[in-house]
Amino acid sequence: MRIAYRDAVREAIRDALKADPRVFLMGEDVGRYGGSYAVSKGLLEEFGPQRIRDTPLSESAFVGAGIGAALGGLRPIVEIMTVNFSLLALDQIVNNAATLSHMSGGQLSVPLVIRLATGAGRQLGAQHSHSLEGWYAHIPGLRIAVPATLDDARRMLAAALASPDPVLLFEHLYLYNMEGELTPGLERVDLEHAAIRRAGRDVTLITYGWSLYKCLAAAATLAQEGIDAEVLDLRALRPLDDAAIMASVRRTRRAVIVDEGWRSGSLSAEVATRIVEQAFYDLDAPVARVCTAEVPVPYAKHLEAAALPSPETIAAAVRNLLTSGAGG
Amino acid sequence: MEVEFRLPSLGADMESATLTEWLRKPGERVRRGEPLATVETTKGLIDIESYDDAKVLEQLVKPGSKVPVGTVLARLEIEGASHAPPAPQPAAVQPVSPPSAPARTVAAAQERPAPHARISPAARRRALELGLSLEDLARRAAGDIVHVDEVEKLAVEKTPAAPTDAAGAMRAAIGAAMARAKREIPHYYLAHRLDFGPVRAWLAAHNASLAVKDRLIDAVLITKAVALAAARIEGFNGYFRNDRFEPSSAVHVGAAIALRGGGLVAPALLEADRKDLATLMQDFSALVKRVRAGHLRSVEFTAATITVTSLGADGVDVMYPIVNPPQVAIVSAGAVRDRAWVGDGRLLIRPVLTLGLAADHRVTDGRTGARFLRAIAELLAHPEAL
Repeated sequence: MRIAYRDAVREAIRDALKADPRVFLMGEDVGRYGGSYAVSKGLLEEFGPQRIRDTPLSESAFVGAGIGAALGGLRPIVEIMTVNFSLLALDQIVNNAATLSHMSGGQLSVPLVIRLATGAGRQLGAQHSHSLEGWYAHIPGLRIAVPATLDDARRMLAAALASPDPVLLFEHLYLYNMEGELTPGLERVDLEHAAIRRAGRDVTLITYGWSLYKCLAAAATLAQEGIDAEVLDLRALRPLDDAAIMASVRRTRRAVIVDEGWRSGSLSAEVATRIVEQAFYDLDAPVARVCTAEVPVPYAKHLEAAALPSPETIAAAVRNLLTSGAGG
Repeated sequence: MEVEFRLPSLGADMESATLTEWLRKPGERVRRGEPLATVETTKGLIDIESYDDAKVLEQLVKPGSKVPVGTVLARLEIEGASHAPPAPQPAAVQPVSPPSAPARTVAAAQERPAPHARISPAARRRALELGLSLEDLARRAAGDIVHVDEVEKLAVEKTPAAPTDAAGAMRAAIGAAMARAKREIPHYYLAHRLDFGPVRAWLAAHNASLAVKDRLIDAVLITKAVALAAARIEGFNGYFRNDRFEPSSAVHVGAAIALRGGGLVAPALLEADRKDLATLMQDFSALVKRVRAGHLRSVEFTAATITVTSLGADGVDVMYPIVNPPQVAIVSAGAVRDRAWVGDGRLLIRPVLTLGLAADHRVTDGRTGARFLRAIAELLAHPEAL
């Protein structure tokens, strides 16, 4: 049966609401409006206003309320409309959610799940288009996961709710319309392991989120040229699955990191550094990166497209690495 | 004879050095082994020596200049009496004995690595695993980046030349022949020391007037002396087959030649007793070239009636060799070194050579062997007659 990404997320929320009475969803427009991306459409009618709660337009307030509910024994799912707006709740997320377990010596835990839309590509302008998940991956005490596939969209939420620590799930807004089949029989996924989405011998494309599909498209193009690219979906940005990254890079000896975030002081910089730290003697070329241009993401369609990684720029970076050996 | 004095490679990782001081002025003389200049490398100040007794003609590099390995620092005029003739053609220096140290340094200097060698970390590690030298890779790359693929290609290219299998096969062949020798041949061993001064003096005078490629080396004179002695004294030249000794009228001297990839062969210098030294030298050079290139003629493989093996300048005083069956004798030459030597009732410092003999007791005994070695020594005492 074909299913869209947004429906997979909704099914995951519905499963969680049914399975555990402590679970509830709250956020801006999640109830009567059905969610900005129509993820929670119909859930208010099905589960009622106690468990599908519309909140005022105050990220700090409703994330703080979520932290309080989690401390009080509930299992809140908080939706933040986009990662850009989560900055208003940064104090709650970084100073409270991430720290309380550590500061209480383990007496308190914050089993909070925050779902955030992230990324560009839909001409929503700079203030709705940034990819700031790399920032959150910097913070100890948080777990950061990125469901890029339908299976992960469908199954990651349960794993996140099972975690005693706060988990941020980043849903790329471009993926909500993506349709496909779920893997039959797949009931559970974890938040720890990266996954090889395409096996290859010549270079490893390390990526996550929407960029996964750009990498797969680039790999298909490169395959016609005789270049066999492996595509590694990180899935978890914190903690990073170093073992999977290094195992792949040791096989292919070349790495291109594709990240819709900017490159300066970024997640891609972190992954590149770890490769150099842990697999330097396995490298046959410098680590290369394809990232978003260092500008606030433009609104104009052609400028937005030019600013973001694309299958073409990814393929070009790979060719460059394999021919001249220079970094991208 | 004018030669170039080049900046030698003083280590595999050395690419250049700064000339800090000239220790001889133009017109001054320098003896072989004496420092001629001081250079500063990453490892500190190092005196670099002259390979020859020579006069400085012209200094081409000024103190304070940083120059790459192999740069010609000065032009020298060689004066006849160098102990070892300076390395002529690479092929001619590499007979029986490994090349002398200075010769090797010069060779290394000429094969300096490409200046901007970029070898990927993975390629470096793979090269290490495969036992390939980084200099080889760098030179091959000629400025391009070396990746694992290139390393593996190079390894494959090198495989036919000296692969573990071929090396193993050669080792097995040597082992089989030597095991047979030790099993079947009742060896006896003798050694004899001799003053090698006359040979060195004659060589220096003889070579002084010759072009580099025509110069003679120790090994050729020793080979000729062994060939003449073997022709005169019966029992050392020929084969032991079918339970009896078959003397050979022709003397074909097998010259043991070490291969770069390991192992050795001992192809024959045909009729060595009847050839003059110049011809023998040419044959020797050609033989070494063919051995290294793998173009030996089959007759050369099988014809030897006696063998000479030499350890060369890097060797030790004496070698006790094993007879190469079906031959019945093998003569070894140790390294020639300055030793205390009693002559004319005085204590002298002379270059001394120790010859070794291993021979087949089924054919001769120690007394004959002693006559044979003394005959060789006697011949080497009069090199002009060889």
